Amino acid sequence: MALNRIWVYAEANEGKVSPLTLELLAKARELAPTVEAVYGGGDADAIAGTLGAHGASKVLATGDLGGSLPGVPVASAIAKAVSDGNGPDLIMLGTSYDGRDVAARLSVALDKPVITNNVDIEVSGDDVIVTEPIFGGTKLVKTKFTAGTPYIALFRPKSFAAEETGGGPAAVETLEVTDPGQAKVVNRHVEEATGPKLDEAAVVVTGGRGLGEAEKYEMIETLAKLLKGAPGASRAIVDAGWVPYSYQIGQTGKVVKPTVYIAAGVSGATQHLVGMKGSKNIIAINKDPEAPIFSVADLGIVGDVHKVLPKLIEALQSR
Amino acid sequence: MHVVVCVKQIPDPAEPGKLEADNTLDRSGKLILDESDSYGVEMALQLVDKAGGGEVTLVSMAPNGETSGLRTALAMGAAKAILVSDDALSGAGALDTAKVLAAAIKRAEPDLVLAATESSDGYTGTVPEQVAAVLGLPSITFAKDVTIDGDTVKVQRQTELGYDEVTTSLPAVVSVTAGVVEPRYPSFKGIMAAKSKPVDQLTLADLGIDASQVGAAGAGQEIVAVEDAPEREAGEIIEDDGEAHLKIVEFLDGLKVI
Repeated sequence: MALNRIWVYAEANEGKVSPLTLELLAKARELAPTVEAVYGGGDADAIAGTLGAHGASKVLATGDLGGSLPGVPVASAIAKAVSDGNGPDLIMLGTSYDGRDVAARLSVALDKPVITNNVDIEVSGDDVIVTEPIFGGTKLVKTKFTAGTPYIALFRPKSFAAEETGGGPAAVETLEVTDPGQAKVVNRHVEEATGPKLDEAAVVVTGGRGLGEAEKYEMIETLAKLLKGAPGASRAIVDAGWVPYSYQIGQTGKVVKPTVYIAAGVSGATQHLVGMKGSKNIIAINKDPEAPIFSVADLGIVGDVHKVLPKLIEALQSR
Repeated sequence: MHVVVCVKQIPDPAEPGKLEADNTLDRSGKLILDESDSYGVEMALQLVDKAGGGEVTLVSMAPNGETSGLRTALAMGAAKAILVSDDALSGAGALDTAKVLAAAIKRAEPDLVLAATESSDGYTGTVPEQVAAVLGLPSITFAKDVTIDGDTVKVQRQTELGYDEVTTSLPAVVSVTAGVVEPRYPSFKGIMAAKSKPVDQLTLADLGIDASQVGAAGAGQEIVAVEDAPEREAGEIIEDDGEAHLKIVEFLDGLKVI
């Protein structure tokens, strides 16, 4: 068997395991008989139950990182285990802020490539092959690892469905950190967010350059609120500084798969499409009938967002 | 204050991308400065200004001695550039790219290295952190604000919930997110001056890197197939006659989300 043991880099916030981690655990279980979680933090006991219920037999935890960003210490701990002969065949990480740091540091420490942006993985004979969408998801590139184990792969969110196995709590074991890292978090700022999170919302309303000016983004927020959804943004208006990076949907932002996706004044650059074309239902409003967003829309309105959105908001408010 | 900015010269993202016969990205057309990198260049210029002196050096890796994107960043105000160009780098992955950039950066001996969080063509988002690891430097990714205080760099790092204030000692590598500063437009004077600014062109041999260890030869990965993704079925497209919003309400009603 090509894969006997897989490590999944686990991320959690205040004792709650990230959905991305649970998605990776579900896929890992299909691929290998032994699945273990690696966690950078001192509260592994708090998440061992959830991780175990999703198929991890162990949580290999570094202990408290003392405020360090996880990249350096977690990678050093994994590299130590590998050099001691206790490493896995594959390390799966999520495309998140910290997941990318850990994968990057680890690839240098082990002198092995990390294959990024994957949406699938399969075992074919002795080969382990990952799938990455390119050109806005119009093409799928399948790549085989050739550098020897452990393989390192980063996966995009929502590539797999999380699923409980009913297993008991994972056993917590220690993973020794050899480099504590120098970059320290000295303060955390949590921005007030009302409504659901962008990548978990059932409805997402996204604005693009077609809104014309930053002030008009308010219409997107109002509509999202009326639909109990989350507001999102195209890269163009994030780059223009209208809204923060955390709003961005696309190749270089978040991946969303809501029940309803409404794109208003978004042209649908390939960059954007890859982040949203997995949505169940897509509504697009754009002036340009040739806009690529219409190629993925279930309902396309060729029209001016400045006319359609206010009427839509009014109609919803009066219900 | 000496800041190195890693910049990438990429095929114009507005043009449809193409693959070569060996499944590498076709980079034979005109290459331009990745827009994502203009934020790092702008931030570097501002930091040098605030420090009251110093300069910005660009470091890039590109095929065929390509400099057109570098000239754009030089026109913004960077002082000089180091360009690594070598046929053996075709098919180089992120790790190889990081090794090459790190070797070039080492020559410049900067106080700070800035890069975009990810390029607009390959978008692996791992290179800045890999560069830091190769150089043995601390790093902070996803910066939305960067300030220098003596030997320390203070960064507001984007998080899922807001941002973290993160600090580390210099020299360090910091990756910046797009849209956090307003990149200046090169002035006519800047464009003229850029033409004569020094671009140091290096090969792998100049950097003391073994060509068999990088590029497709050393990538540790092999593309086995490129397939068309399944297409989404086309839906109903209507022209707004002033009542199109009702069509949307009806659609949402049918899905029971309102």
